[in-house]
Amino acid sequence: MSQNILTMEGVFKSFAVPVLKGVDFSLKKGEVHALVGGNGAGKSTLMKIMTGVYSKDAGEIYIDGSKVEINNANDARANGISMIYQELSLIQTMTVAENIFLGEEITKNGIRDTKKMDELTKKVLEELGIEVRPTALVNQLSVGISQMVEIAKAVSKQAKILVFDEPTASLSASETKQLFKMIADLKEKGVSMVYISHRMNEILEISDSITILRDGVVVHTGGTRDMALEDIISHMLGSASGKRFDWIEREYDVNGEDLLTVEHLKISDKINDISFSLKKGEILGFAGLMGSGRTEILETLFGLRTSRGGSIKLHGKELKIKNPREAIRSGFALIPEDRRKQGLVLIHTVKDNAILPKITRLCKGKVIIDEKKANEIVEQNREQLNIVTDGIHKRISLLSGGNQQKVVLAKWLNMDPEIMMLDEPTAGVDIGAKTEIIEIMRSFADKQKGVIFVSSELTELMAICDRIIVLYDGKITAEIARKEIAAEGELQHAIQQKN
Amino acid sequence: MQSNKKIDMKQVQWDKFMVYIIFVGVFLLFSIALGNKGFLNSNNLLNVLRQTAMISIMAVAGVFVMSAGQIDLTVGAVAAMSAMIVSLILQATNSILLALLAGLGFGCIAGLINGVLVTKLKLPAFLATMGMMQMVRGSAMWITDTAAVPIDNSTFCKIFGIGSVAGIPVLILWTILFYIIGIFIFNKTPFGRHTLATGGNEISAGYSGINAVKVKIIAFMMSGLFAAFAGILYAGRLQAGRYSYGNGDEMSVIAAVVLGGTSMSGGTGSVIGALFGSILMGMINNALILANLSSAQQTIVKGLIIVVAVAISNIAQKKKAK
Repeated sequence: MSQNILTMEGVFKSFAVPVLKGVDFSLKKGEVHALVGGNGAGKSTLMKIMTGVYSKDAGEIYIDGSKVEINNANDARANGISMIYQELSLIQTMTVAENIFLGEEITKNGIRDTKKMDELTKKVLEELGIEVRPTALVNQLSVGISQMVEIAKAVSKQAKILVFDEPTASLSASETKQLFKMIADLKEKGVSMVYISHRMNEILEISDSITILRDGVVVHTGGTRDMALEDIISHMLGSASGKRFDWIEREYDVNGEDLLTVEHLKISDKINDISFSLKKGEILGFAGLMGSGRTEILETLFGLRTSRGGSIKLHGKELKIKNPREAIRSGFALIPEDRRKQGLVLIHTVKDNAILPKITRLCKGKVIIDEKKANEIVEQNREQLNIVTDGIHKRISLLSGGNQQKVVLAKWLNMDPEIMMLDEPTAGVDIGAKTEIIEIMRSFADKQKGVIFVSSELTELMAICDRIIVLYDGKITAEIARKEIAAEGELQHAIQQKN
Repeated sequence: MQSNKKIDMKQVQWDKFMVYIIFVGVFLLFSIALGNKGFLNSNNLLNVLRQTAMISIMAVAGVFVMSAGQIDLTVGAVAAMSAMIVSLILQATNSILLALLAGLGFGCIAGLINGVLVTKLKLPAFLATMGMMQMVRGSAMWITDTAAVPIDNSTFCKIFGIGSVAGIPVLILWTILFYIIGIFIFNKTPFGRHTLATGGNEISAGYSGINAVKVKIIAFMMSGLFAAFAGILYAGRLQAGRYSYGNGDEMSVIAAVVLGGTSMSGGTGSVIGALFGSILMGMINNALILANLSSAQQTIVKGLIIVVAVAISNIAQKKKAK
């Protein structure tokens, strides 16, 4: 039972900056091993090296005591390692059985033996206790069941090691329960699992051991039984503060009048009673785990989702926002979560992106675009926001992530909004640009406007938010003034709590 | 600052210039090979422009449709139907204004239906417009039971087909007018940018407050309107309405637009490029006739040239992406 099925020794990896600095990791046969760490601690990179997505710069991998080379996904599969992806990798238009046997179809005289594949699939599903027909189409299954089918696919390929990355983010409570039962069953069968999650309660519930990473180094590894939530959090944060952002005291009092008042907003069955207010000149933070409803609230305010009830008031006047056009007209701006898909038109230039929403307001005689003025505005953006580019007519896809994000910010600053909403604006952005983005938010709020800032980086939230609202499973569980938070651990603790 | 002035060959957008390079190359080739057969004769060159007028005009709207990431296969059929409507109304009332309104109105409605099918019912544009193409073409045949409808109104024929102003055929003047309008809308107005943004990344366009549904419907309506006008020019030039006008024009339009540097997947486009694409194809047609190729040979060579030209600009585009 206690022999190591997988051992990684002295793994190094850098992308321009070092991400993993000599990581040792070992997985015992038949255990659930939780991998914990803040954003950018190196969890995903380590797992991507294990599953052959990235190649390591240095270090060794042993499976069952013998050294192996994992250079691509096929090598990983041959060694019995399978990753269960956050974004499901099943083909939506094919049946469960077709997906499970994809690439390894059983044939009889060159013709697919559907009957046999369905039968075998049925057996696998039954063994795992998954209630779904082999002939069901994947696009008709719930997210939870699809994920289980994906696990079944891995298991049917004799996977000995399964890697889960935030598997419960989009599952309901009952689906999560089902998944945990399945994980327990697999454990019985001797399958080893690595479990990545930000949800500490889950980790404490199902894992046997925990490895905690911080800044590319293992800071703790050991049995789960000896750990409490506080221990994990303190290991994650450490005592030495590395890249911290400093809180700067406001020059004005933000307890003025309400800019935005949201009351009893209902978005879905899960997110059904959200009330909060945003004051003039205030930066309000939304903290919470993935799937806690932060993004949904922003999308509703921006008219991308329809509210099912409740009221939204701007300057005390009730708004009915049906689409982004109306939201923009009312003075909202949204820097969306996915910069590449939602924020930018990648094949267009810096300039075209920066003036896209503004373009109808940039016309001479209401018809012709005033290109000269447009150029002036974008050149000004470039200077003020320090956008590093050869020129404003360069394709935006050629800029770095941080500079792309600054263009998204410029795009909305140009609209002169009343309220700026930012959804994980610093994700995938280098540390320099992060600081700049935070500065941009701060100076925007200083103009007596409102900012709603969603981030998983608690240090960032603590650096600029006047108030932080904590969400858990679609409900507001806490509202904390910045002054009341002494340390990041307290906030992390609040995020993990149901009540 | 010298390095700034030097053109970095990797930065040149070859796909945008490719049509002009090919255009010049083909023109020089024909001038040398067919110069003695009258290729360079000014009458012959004017003739090329006159013959490509309809494709050129439809290609203007084609740039909008394809920049928005859509495709419109109905243009040839709409041109035929519009020619039939115009001829029939001229025959019945002799009113040019009424005929124009009915013909252009039909084009707008056909485009509106295409747009609604694609945006509201979410049909793929290829299939929706393929079905519409058959329905419209069938209607054009049915309306007179395939009989041609002659036009006696000589004023109409002069304005929309056979006349000329100061020695320049009206067909060429109409083409110039439509290109001025097209270039203006595409390059100078917000609608042009909205079209490109919709085709470039519809989600991001939506997040920027652009109504992608409206953009697509307008692009299809423009396409219908321009095709209907092309039908009017067919009627004027041949002084009759026939159901067979514009047969296969949809393919010529797509080829012209793509040759002109518009991406089939949307997001990039050039109206003036489409003009060169259209004339390039007209020039090739003309040259093949002058070279005494049989119509079978002409068809083969035309197909070959389209494949080669699109392949070249595709390769150029891939290089740029790297």
